[in-house]
Amino acid sequence: MTRKEKKTGLIFFPAFDWAISETHPEREERLLYTQDQVFEEGLLDLENIVEFKPGMATYDDINRCHICVPDAQSLTTPSHLISAGGAITAAQKVLQGEVDNAFALVRPPGHHAMLVAHGARGFCNINIEAVMVEYIRKNFGIKKIAIVDTDCHHGDGTQDIYWNDPDVLCISLHQDGRTLYPGTGFIEDFGGPNALGATINIPLPPRTSDDGFLYVLDHVIRPVLDEFQPEIIINSAGQDNHYSDPITDMCFSAQGYALLNEKLAPHIAVLEGGYSIERALPYVNVGIILAMAGLDYSYVREPDYDPDKIRQSLQISKFIENEAREIIKMWKNRNIMKEQIVGSAAYVRRVKNIYYDTDGISEKQTETVRVCNDCGGLVMIDSAADTGRKIFAVILPNRCCPECRRNGEMFFERVNGGQYSNVYLQDREKDIFIAK
Amino acid sequence: MILGIDVGGTHTDAVLIENFQLKKKVKVQTDNANIMSSLLAAVQEIALDGYINNIKRIVLSTTISTNAIVSGKTDRVGMVLQNGPGLSPQELNSGKDFFFVSGYINHRGLSMQTVNEGEIKDIGEYLRQENIQAIGVAGKFSCRNPQQELSIAEILQDEQRNISLGHRLSGALNFPRRVATTYLNAAVHNIYKGFVRQVQQFIRETQMNVPVYILKADGGTILIDESLLYSAQTIHSGPAASIMGVLATADIKEDAVALDIGGTTTDISVFAAGIPLLEASGVTIGGRKTLIRGLYTKSIGIGGDSAVRIKNGIITVGPDREGPAASLDGALPTPTDAMIVLDMTTLGDKQKAIAAISSLATQLHIDTVSAAQSILDKTVAIIADNVGKMIEAINNKPVYTIHELLEGKTIRPRSVYVVGGPAAAIAPGLASLLGYPYIIPEHSEVANAIGAALARTTAEVTVLADTEKRELIISEEGIMEKIPHNFSSQQAIEAGKEALRARAIKMGANLNDLEMEVTEAQEFNMIRDFCTTGKNIRTKIQIKPGLISLREARNQ
Repeated sequence: MTRKEKKTGLIFFPAFDWAISETHPEREERLLYTQDQVFEEGLLDLENIVEFKPGMATYDDINRCHICVPDAQSLTTPSHLISAGGAITAAQKVLQGEVDNAFALVRPPGHHAMLVAHGARGFCNINIEAVMVEYIRKNFGIKKIAIVDTDCHHGDGTQDIYWNDPDVLCISLHQDGRTLYPGTGFIEDFGGPNALGATINIPLPPRTSDDGFLYVLDHVIRPVLDEFQPEIIINSAGQDNHYSDPITDMCFSAQGYALLNEKLAPHIAVLEGGYSIERALPYVNVGIILAMAGLDYSYVREPDYDPDKIRQSLQISKFIENEAREIIKMWKNRNIMKEQIVGSAAYVRRVKNIYYDTDGISEKQTETVRVCNDCGGLVMIDSAADTGRKIFAVILPNRCCPECRRNGEMFFERVNGGQYSNVYLQDREKDIFIAK
Repeated sequence: MILGIDVGGTHTDAVLIENFQLKKKVKVQTDNANIMSSLLAAVQEIALDGYINNIKRIVLSTTISTNAIVSGKTDRVGMVLQNGPGLSPQELNSGKDFFFVSGYINHRGLSMQTVNEGEIKDIGEYLRQENIQAIGVAGKFSCRNPQQELSIAEILQDEQRNISLGHRLSGALNFPRRVATTYLNAAVHNIYKGFVRQVQQFIRETQMNVPVYILKADGGTILIDESLLYSAQTIHSGPAASIMGVLATADIKEDAVALDIGGTTTDISVFAAGIPLLEASGVTIGGRKTLIRGLYTKSIGIGGDSAVRIKNGIITVGPDREGPAASLDGALPTPTDAMIVLDMTTLGDKQKAIAAISSLATQLHIDTVSAAQSILDKTVAIIADNVGKMIEAINNKPVYTIHELLEGKTIRPRSVYVVGGPAAAIAPGLASLLGYPYIIPEHSEVANAIGAALARTTAEVTVLADTEKRELIISEEGIMEKIPHNFSSQQAIEAGKEALRARAIKMGANLNDLEMEVTEAQEFNMIRDFCTTGKNIRTKIQIKPGLISLREARNQ
């Protein structure tokens, strides 16, 4: 096969001295065998693969996309700053033109961290892709960005952060939420009132194999991307769809991951989950790196790979075909859906109960969005966690319209601070973050 | 006394060292077609004073393997490779006698597919028909489990054949480099063996009857008999000798940069607290990236004979050489001519140098001396720029732990050591650009031979202990041992030190010079299904490059 070789940046940070706890899947050993395989293949010697040292994200970087309670400093350790910093480094190298694309092979992951963060959930403290996206928007003047989350778990954190943002398309394909953490990400979850269609969920039945993943890529993801026309495509490259992953139930292979990556052609890939550390990760990561660099990955195979043994059933294929049709129908109707959903309401409210499994925290949250035809809409969040903290946050979107800004600033000024432990203003347009 | 000899591309230098003091130095022309004759000429001159009976040790730095590789005069090699899954075999720099065979080891060192005996026998038959006697065997992850390489070698072994095994040449990961290293080791074996036999005969004839050492690329020495197993490690001993020479002629304790400014190129090397840095993965030779341990050096295309031109009204220096200086009837002006004009050196015909520089000066509408100064400044600036970039690259090397990233040690040079012909002319300007002082070591014209004479024996071992598999592997020594489930990192280090000590002594190290350093020590809990099933312990121990101890020197 003839491919065009690309210059690929690799930010490899296995954090060999950090774990959530000793026996936790997110532990020191996680990328050990991946490192072994990457080194043994000599990938870093290839002319078109360049390794970069990760930078460190700053608290300002985090405050652009999160409301950390009580603050970013309390919620992060150096490992989180390096992991997010690695994603930022990947973006810098691509957008400064040093490389064609880049893969941040870093840990810990981030895609379960939501806009408001009281602690760690799903092994994630801060959302490393979102920190990177906001860095890109601030520093490189890029407007439209797509994030395609191929982790087996619904990318609920990324979805939450961009729920009301029409400029960031979040597509998540994942194992059906009825069968796996975090239990969300159904096709009806389609974005906030001012950003319908900018969130797309593609839940897949357990035991979906290469055919199913590649089918939704060709029949949902590619057509949607072609129409959305993002300036940058980011892949949240979780690797737990692998047939050997211990905490999921899918049948994706290293060959499948490599082919998916080649067809998706992301500018930046960021590692998310994936806990089959010996049988899958070494091969999947090598496959993704080779695919990004435009090199032959056909020899990348797990020792026990047998496509016939893991092939999805006809029933699964049928189900996925129907679902793909359904999603595309919704995507085509996204502009007329707003009226049906919103009606004449000026504000739309949703109430969420969020459980932080990693830290054992429960949060009750009310999100209020101003219905707006001119921008993503003013967002206000009232959140109380069983840590005793109760906060109020005003979020002004990028390209905020004057009306949303006037309202948001007024709410922030008039809020009765006495009933909250913290009140925040996040002005994404002017890059201002105030906590009071 | 120690006799140190450096066979360089142009000159062969010999020095006699007693008690760290230079007793005698000799320089003769190198005859690249007959390296032995150059050696003989140098030794004969040294021997004139009757010192020869006091010599207790001889150290040679030779270009024999390097020349064979660079000029392509190596043997045809049959390579048997276990590629396993991963990168396409087409990415390997392979030739027509490369055979990709079944069987492979995974990252844990587990056999995932076994060797096919019939397949190997067929290859053996082909090699017999083609009369190929140099053979290399390299498998993916063989340093994690040498068993399959050993099985293949056993099937292929016969009296005629010399078989190089990948896992013996390095314990480091990197299959393409392992393939290149194994190939080169096999390819130069015969030619190198011829050289060794000649040296041994010469020693017998002169009745010196003292141990003979060869300098390796990592600036360490190895007994000549032992070096036959590692022929490829004798490559790049020239730059290594130069770096060890700076170490031997200047007392370096700090972070420092050393420059060897030659005619065509300038070699830059770096010291961290007085210890020369090693290449991170291994040296590159003849376009092949290898796992051969070597001192870190970067060669840039600028030197005394670099071509000086004017492009778009700006002076350019190098990176090519068009011939000698204009003062020696070269075609183009060179930095050396500029130095002649500025009365910093004398070489050939000064008038010819002035004529060449003044013709440039006319084009630039400046006077000849200003043009000469500009050329020198430009030369200095290019070198300084490269030094800066090299230090930056070293300090930006990726690390993999939070601790290293936060506490990362960086190199901050405090001095620059300059050797080579133009050293005196270049060093002052360079030091002022770099912002730290320069030192021109004594006897720098024979520094390489001094470096060879005083270098200690170096060696390295890579230890992998997997307590789930209950196995300890030390690749370089071919050690595979059973260990108990409670085997600790400390025990792994002890086992490594024991193996390293044995290895170093076999290579010729003296007991006074076994300064060991643990360069890597990692321990990972292996968790399967939320239970700890074992530990994965990885450590590397080396005898770092350096000089023999004073006590050792006195014994010699």
